[in-house]
Amino acid sequence: MSWAGPDELFLSTSLASFLDKKLIVLLRDGRKLLGTLCSFDQFANVVLQNACERVIVGELYCDVPLGLYVIRGENVLLIGELDRERDELPAHMTCVSETEIRKAEKAERDLKDLKGSMRKRMEFLDFD
Amino acid sequence: MLFFSYFKELVGKEVTVELKNDLAIRGTLLSVDQYLNIKLENTRVVDQDKYPHMLSVRNCFIRGSVVRYVLLPPDAVDIDILHDATRREARGN
Repeated sequence: MSWAGPDELFLSTSLASFLDKKLIVLLRDGRKLLGTLCSFDQFANVVLQNACERVIVGELYCDVPLGLYVIRGENVLLIGELDRERDELPAHMTCVSETEIRKAEKAERDLKDLKGSMRKRMEFLDFD
Repeated sequence: MLFFSYFKELVGKEVTVELKNDLAIRGTLLSVDQYLNIKLENTRVVDQDKYPHMLSVRNCFIRGSVVRYVLLPPDAVDIDILHDATRREARGN
């Protein structure tokens, strides 16, 4: 892998322009990881320093610290640079503790399961 | 190589990339590579309210494998040139 010169950094599609920047990485399973980019390769495998998972449930959010993370490239949807000048989240959202957000996550999951099972029962009745 | 060359012509144009997870992002095409990975700048998420975590993202790298559509401005496409390039590519295979 050749080293990109300063001009090429902005135009090429390498992640080199994101090094040492605070990023948000969206994963295929719906997770949002934040952290500083340490390293990457041609598969978009990525090493994040001071990584945390931003869990969002409705209007609530929580940043769960994870430490040093290596992410396999096939799971990556998108890598976004977080603009320091702007708010990362809308002002109406509330930061809560990890316990609170896990409770909210479980409640949302239970509601989804309940809706799913009710739909299955309705489909069985086969209304036209 | 055809689509890679095609996207290289579109650098600087405003496009909307729709991902397989239904997230759609509008932005200026900054660069593209052989895997059709895409770099966008001045990005805005379509349906921002559904994706609060994307609020402050203005530049992003999108992995080629997760793209469903790249929506283009209609005047950015020269159909005849595209047809010719496609025939040439098909002949080469």
